[in-house]
Amino acid sequence: MSPANSRRTERKVERDPRPARLEVKKTYKLYIGGKFPRSESGRSYEVTDSKGKFLANAAWASRKDARDAVVAARKAYPGWSAATTYNRGQVLYRVAEVMEGRRAQFVDEVVAGEGITRSRAEKVVDEAIDRWVWYAGWSDKLAQVVGSTNPVAGPYFDFSIPEPTGVVAVIAPQQSSLLGLVSVVAPVIVGGNTAVVTSSYERPLPAITLSEVLATSDVPGGVVNILTGRVGDTAPWLAAHMDVNAIDLAGAAGDTEHATELELAAADNLKRVVRAPEAEPDWTQPPGLERMTAFLETKTVWHPMGV
Amino acid sequence: MTVLEALDAARLSEITASETSLRRFLHGLAGVDQVGADARAAMLSTRSIKTTAKQWAIDLAISMIDLTTLEGQDTPGKVRALCAKAQRPDPSDPSVPHVAAVCVYPDLVGVAVKALAGSGIHVASVATGFPSGRTSLEVKLAETREAVAAGADEVDMVIDRGAFLAGRYGQIFEEIVAIKQACGDAHLKVILETGELATYDNVRRASWLAMLAGGDFIKTSTGKVSPAATLPVTLVMLEAVRDYLEATGRQVGVKPAGGIRTSKDAIRYLVLVNETAGEDWLDPDWFRLGASSLLNDLLMQRQRMATGRYGGPDYFTLD
Amino acid sequence: MAKFEYAPAPESRAIVDIASSYGLFIDGRFVDPVDGTPFKTVNPASEEVLAEVTAAGPADVDAAVKAARRAYERVWSRMPGRDRGKYLFRIARIIQERSRELAVLESIDNGKPIRESRDVDIPLVAAHFFYYAGWADKLAYAGLGPDPRPHGVAGQVIPWNFPLLMLSWKIAPALAAGNTVVLKPAETTPLTALAFADICQQADLPPGVVNIVTGAGETGRALVEHPDVDKVAFTGSTEVGKQIARSVAGTAKKATLELGGKAANIVFDDAPIDQAVEGIVNGIFFNQGHVCCAGSRLLVQESVYDEVLASLKRRLGTLRVGDPLDKNTDIGAINSAEQLARIRTLSEVGEAEGAERWSPPCELPDRGFWFPPTVFTGVSQAHRIAREEIFGPVLSVLTFRTPAEAVEKANNTPYGLSAGVWTEKGSRILWMSSRLRAGVVWANTFNRFDPTSPFGGYKESGYGREGGRHGLEAYLR
Repeated sequence: MSPANSRRTERKVERDPRPARLEVKKTYKLYIGGKFPRSESGRSYEVTDSKGKFLANAAWASRKDARDAVVAARKAYPGWSAATTYNRGQVLYRVAEVMEGRRAQFVDEVVAGEGITRSRAEKVVDEAIDRWVWYAGWSDKLAQVVGSTNPVAGPYFDFSIPEPTGVVAVIAPQQSSLLGLVSVVAPVIVGGNTAVVTSSYERPLPAITLSEVLATSDVPGGVVNILTGRVGDTAPWLAAHMDVNAIDLAGAAGDTEHATELELAAADNLKRVVRAPEAEPDWTQPPGLERMTAFLETKTVWHPMGV
Repeated sequence: MTVLEALDAARLSEITASETSLRRFLHGLAGVDQVGADARAAMLSTRSIKTTAKQWAIDLAISMIDLTTLEGQDTPGKVRALCAKAQRPDPSDPSVPHVAAVCVYPDLVGVAVKALAGSGIHVASVATGFPSGRTSLEVKLAETREAVAAGADEVDMVIDRGAFLAGRYGQIFEEIVAIKQACGDAHLKVILETGELATYDNVRRASWLAMLAGGDFIKTSTGKVSPAATLPVTLVMLEAVRDYLEATGRQVGVKPAGGIRTSKDAIRYLVLVNETAGEDWLDPDWFRLGASSLLNDLLMQRQRMATGRYGGPDYFTLD
Repeated sequence: MAKFEYAPAPESRAIVDIASSYGLFIDGRFVDPVDGTPFKTVNPASEEVLAEVTAAGPADVDAAVKAARRAYERVWSRMPGRDRGKYLFRIARIIQERSRELAVLESIDNGKPIRESRDVDIPLVAAHFFYYAGWADKLAYAGLGPDPRPHGVAGQVIPWNFPLLMLSWKIAPALAAGNTVVLKPAETTPLTALAFADICQQADLPPGVVNIVTGAGETGRALVEHPDVDKVAFTGSTEVGKQIARSVAGTAKKATLELGGKAANIVFDDAPIDQAVEGIVNGIFFNQGHVCCAGSRLLVQESVYDEVLASLKRRLGTLRVGDPLDKNTDIGAINSAEQLARIRTLSEVGEAEGAERWSPPCELPDRGFWFPPTVFTGVSQAHRIAREEIFGPVLSVLTFRTPAEAVEKANNTPYGLSAGVWTEKGSRILWMSSRLRAGVVWANTFNRFDPTSPFGGYKESGYGREGGRHGLEAYLR
């Protein structure tokens, strides 16, 4: 071919807009009993980014998945609640280490799901990791801050200690898909409870990535279980479940009707309830002790002091 | 109250004369602090047994094994194969010592006796409604007599745990005495089923009860209940036989059984014996290990020490 | 020859890398001394010289305090608690990662068995840093007011019996609370503190937050008396503790002191005997008896005296004295020639005063500083060996008849650090605990430590507590 012909051929070629390497896309499943099953219903739903672009099909959890999650959480409870506070603290600290390693992935998912800028998302992810570290450090201190010895008027040694309440259902925040999530999950498990968590419906991806972190950080299977999908399909069953000891309604913020229904259902076995706020709060505020103490029972013991 | 006094024959018959005196004696023994006992066993587990000491311990452990098969599906064929393994644990290495005994159900004692004739390996038979012990004394005695008639050198009986937890120590005492009589010349091991006794205080009391009634060995478990043998439980039993020897002049053996799978476990038990009851018990006549898969692990360790290489299951016979 | 001879099981020394000489760790780097002088540190099990270390002079101490002050003003006091916590978490993790190396180094420099440095000392060191790391951003919850503030620069002097552990008891809470520190390790055991300096560098700790000045009594005095030190923390002998209390009198300096003891280990007739014997052995022979809270006085109820003593003597027969780096050693070397001389002198006093002396047969190596586990019976309160701290593997045995008498005898001492109570009766444990004038009471156990559990003495055993929420008090105002 003459040089003139070949030049003409070059001008016609356009740049291919696709990246040179085709990425392997991630599948998002439920996290139950330390494993990653699909929903027993076989259903999934479309997760889009804040602009409506398709991100992934996430598992659509059913009431049976919720039932299975409660079974897993109850099974994990004796071991987790009997672990030393030192051990729980170590495990939670390890979670933070692994979260730190996944920082970039979390940032991508928060940017996509919440539609905030990259630099704001980085701040949010950093805050989430630091929040987790904050909670990890509480494990071996709670008893000293909320427990006591009580100077009763008699020859008795009398002390009060906090104990975990059991299986806690957590309706995670709808807007704050990572920082809010961490702020409702960590306080439950640091005290020795196990959790069944429903993630944000529209923004579930950070929750599943968090499950992957938990699964690789020495957290025993069943201590945290995460269900993605329509909150209305699982929350009422969790709220009414007789083997769930407490429920955090954070994810029903601003939805008074549903929040009230859930609280009513919870009354059947007198679950300890953390009510839904009127609107989703600013999760960057210092959390205080309430979300830990809400899920702790106080046990008081008497013993005579005599020769 | 603690056992300070020497227990001569007169004192012994006083103690065992009635339910009340037996209870008073057993409940007067020093208590066992569970956390302390666990800590002592854990500390002894950190002993590092290497090189020549390890070789010696491995061979001793092999010679202490009661190679066991106690399954509903046992057949004469299975028992014969086990007996062959008992005599020649490693066909490629004749220097490996043989085990102490083979342990089977009473109806297969005859098969074992024939297969082990002339080997020096004892035949032990379980009896008395093993493993639950929930049957009448008559049936227990009949079973014992059958096993002994078939040629058993040793009888492993179970105590009635229901009676123990209900406080009927006298009943248990009588049963053990009767079974011991039915044993004739055969040695009697008394299985306490420590997993069901639940507390170390109970293990101490049951140990003393079994020894007062004439048991030649006290044994932790049937292996059918979890937890089976543990180091702390064995520690308590070793303390009991040590104290009993001092008080009465009679030595009684100890056998942990069930859950002892690795050489490391076995060596830990030997260290426990060495530093609790003492070296008089470091002998198959006074200490046994009730196990089955342990043997191959000991052989693997033995071979590793000789060749320097880690082995694999293909190189050791399954039975 | 025993039937079951445990073959030598030596822990390898290859993992430690001891330099031939060390400078002082000031402002984040190892530096040569200005007016300090070299001295040697020795392996007490063999008398082998391990390294040349520097005894910091007054100018060196001054440089260290200045570095600590600068770091405090410019960096550490402005840093949010969560970040201070993160540095402490890093240090804790690195200690875990280097745990074997640190355990071997500690045994070589101190003489304690590798089993103890590996299973007790080093894990507790890491745990202390983890525990206090978590307090750094939670000080408002410590019960010390809504906004407690650090003192500033802490001058800390620690003993030779648990070198790295005592370092962690001092540095972890000080840093968590926002102070910077200058720490002087003991003269005979500087090496793990110097390794700790390296760990601070690995953790990228801002320079000057931690400073290590090695040396002996003079260096310690220079540090404690330095006018720009806000807080003094000392663990050591009661004698030196009193000197420090005098030196801070009239100043604004806060001081906490953790001093000597002569603890009573009380065994009742209903004690779980086998575990009580373990507790007695642990109480006085753990760490060669170089323990301020050692159960050095056994108070045994007369009715069980014979049995307890017989069991105890039998148990002592299985104690293994020897090479600290052998994994089966129970009792290692005495830390120094000086300490050995003191133990020997007091033991001779014991015999002279009429107590009966007994030791199990044991073979002691020819080189190094060694003393066999020793029991004195027939001891009474009037004996010197019942009153003075021997700080060695020497147990004095006394008897008592009633709980009240046990309390009286236990409390009849200027010391008040710890006590042990052995009985199966819960109410008696609590009755005794409420009457024993001791900062730590162990019931049916002994020598148990945890970063969450406050430790410290009554009376001449010192004041202030280390560990737990209470351990923060010393470092905040």
